[in-house]
Amino acid sequence: MVPFFAYAAMFLIIPAATVMVGAFRSQDGGYTLDNITSIVQTGNLREAYWESIRISLTTALLGGLFGLLIAYAAIRKGTPGWVRSAYGTFSGVAANFGGIPLAFAFIATLGTIGIVTQFIENAFGVNIYQHGFAIWSRRGVELVYLYFQIPLMILVIAPAIDGLRAEWSEASANLGASRWQYWRYIGMPVLMPSILGAVILLFGNSFAAYATAYSLTSGTGLPLVPILIGSDLTGNVFANPHEGQALAFGMFVVLAAMMLFYIPLQRRASRWAK
Amino acid sequence: MRLRRPAIAPSAVLWLVLGAVYFLVPLLATLLFSLRDAQTGKCCSLSAYGVILHDPQFWSTIKVSFRLALETILVGLLLFVPTIYWVHLRLPRLRPVVGFLALVPFVVPPIILVVGLLKLYKDTLHAPFWFLGKPDFFLVGAYVILAFPYIYFSLDAGFRSIDVHTLTEASRNLGASWRTTLGRVILPNIRVAALSGAFLTLAIVMGEFTIASLSAFQTFPTYLQYVNESQAYPAAAATLLSFGITWAAMLSILLVGRRGGQRTVRVGVGR
Repeated sequence: MVPFFAYAAMFLIIPAATVMVGAFRSQDGGYTLDNITSIVQTGNLREAYWESIRISLTTALLGGLFGLLIAYAAIRKGTPGWVRSAYGTFSGVAANFGGIPLAFAFIATLGTIGIVTQFIENAFGVNIYQHGFAIWSRRGVELVYLYFQIPLMILVIAPAIDGLRAEWSEASANLGASRWQYWRYIGMPVLMPSILGAVILLFGNSFAAYATAYSLTSGTGLPLVPILIGSDLTGNVFANPHEGQALAFGMFVVLAAMMLFYIPLQRRASRWAK
Repeated sequence: MRLRRPAIAPSAVLWLVLGAVYFLVPLLATLLFSLRDAQTGKCCSLSAYGVILHDPQFWSTIKVSFRLALETILVGLLLFVPTIYWVHLRLPRLRPVVGFLALVPFVVPPIILVVGLLKLYKDTLHAPFWFLGKPDFFLVGAYVILAFPYIYFSLDAGFRSIDVHTLTEASRNLGASWRTTLGRVILPNIRVAALSGAFLTLAIVMGEFTIASLSAFQTFPTYLQYVNESQAYPAAAATLLSFGITWAAMLSILLVGRRGGQRTVRVGVGR
């Protein structure tokens, strides 16, 4: 037990604490709130949080919706078993794609000379880059993030959909309920904690992502919090060396708040698990 | 009388096809892109693969990342197997504590962890070069933490599915030492869980960019990013090779899981 806790302290707890404390340190060594207030007051830092939250929220909601629909389509009665296991296996792998290779796969697809970009131009005479699309823009980053968000949703929500027992739908049908009534009063209430929990997980997954966004947007300046922290570490773009820690602290606060919602939802969701 | 199999619902077909298109198009496009000729930009040539496979950097960084992955797996298992075993056997009250610690890396993702590690060991403690300058110490140290939740959830499920108390008592009563008990009785019984954890760790380490790049180490993902920035078609070839590694690691988990008849834990990896 001792080596384990010592290790966790050395490589997780104390480094994390260093960030928390550093966020409240001034340059002369005293304690201050200036680093935090400067995030709120500096336009481009506030903008970065807003941008990060907006992208995370969009990809969590869209990823959650499409993941749920695909998972339900793969699991529901009538879909052949091999389809289900194919989607399950693929999701297990795709949820672990990401980072540099994923970014490049989309550059090869929808970059300025990407396969699909050129296909659309040749087939329809439309250059999507002249119509406001760019793979390094917010829309582009969102599209790429969905590639790991949707499979993660499928993985996380599949056990909950499995937990919807066939008897419930049969019983409600025998009692004269319509499909809509079944979903409104039985299906959705049972699934809701799992769905909300999964969407929160997706939000955090996208909020903390660095490598994919870095590779897609390097040098083009879509301001995201992890990117700003990264450039602070490598290039010292900030005059104040504690600003990076303050930004990291802000991320921690958002993620910790997320966990506070996630854990009780998870507990509630496990009530109906098989 | 046999019941007729219900037909697949039309809306299910729609969503499954849409999903398949979204997931397959980027993979196909990367393949086509990698087959373009470096001079003409037309299909088809294998020259991009030649460039990558003849690049000594490709082989050296892949070797570094693979070595780091093996070291992470070794340290991780040595650290977590005895801990989780002991928690299940003697200290069940500590289980929520360890489980809570396993959730902390989700709140402290790589981008925050690397800030903390560099501030602490580089700027505050001025750690010596053998620690800060060698990926085998600094990076493996951090990677064990990244792998911790995945190894923990995998092992915890493994330990819950066996009778730790009976196995331990039987082994101890027959005169086995603690080390023999752990190594020759407990470990073979949680082999599947340990292997899934190990393959997940392999996939994580082979793909980890954030910490490696920000602490200025050369690993396989930082090499990939370097190729992305400099050579378009070889980058597509390298991307596909990297996907191949992830596929192999993840399919291995499924294979050992199926053979062991145990459900494995799979969650998305911080990216």
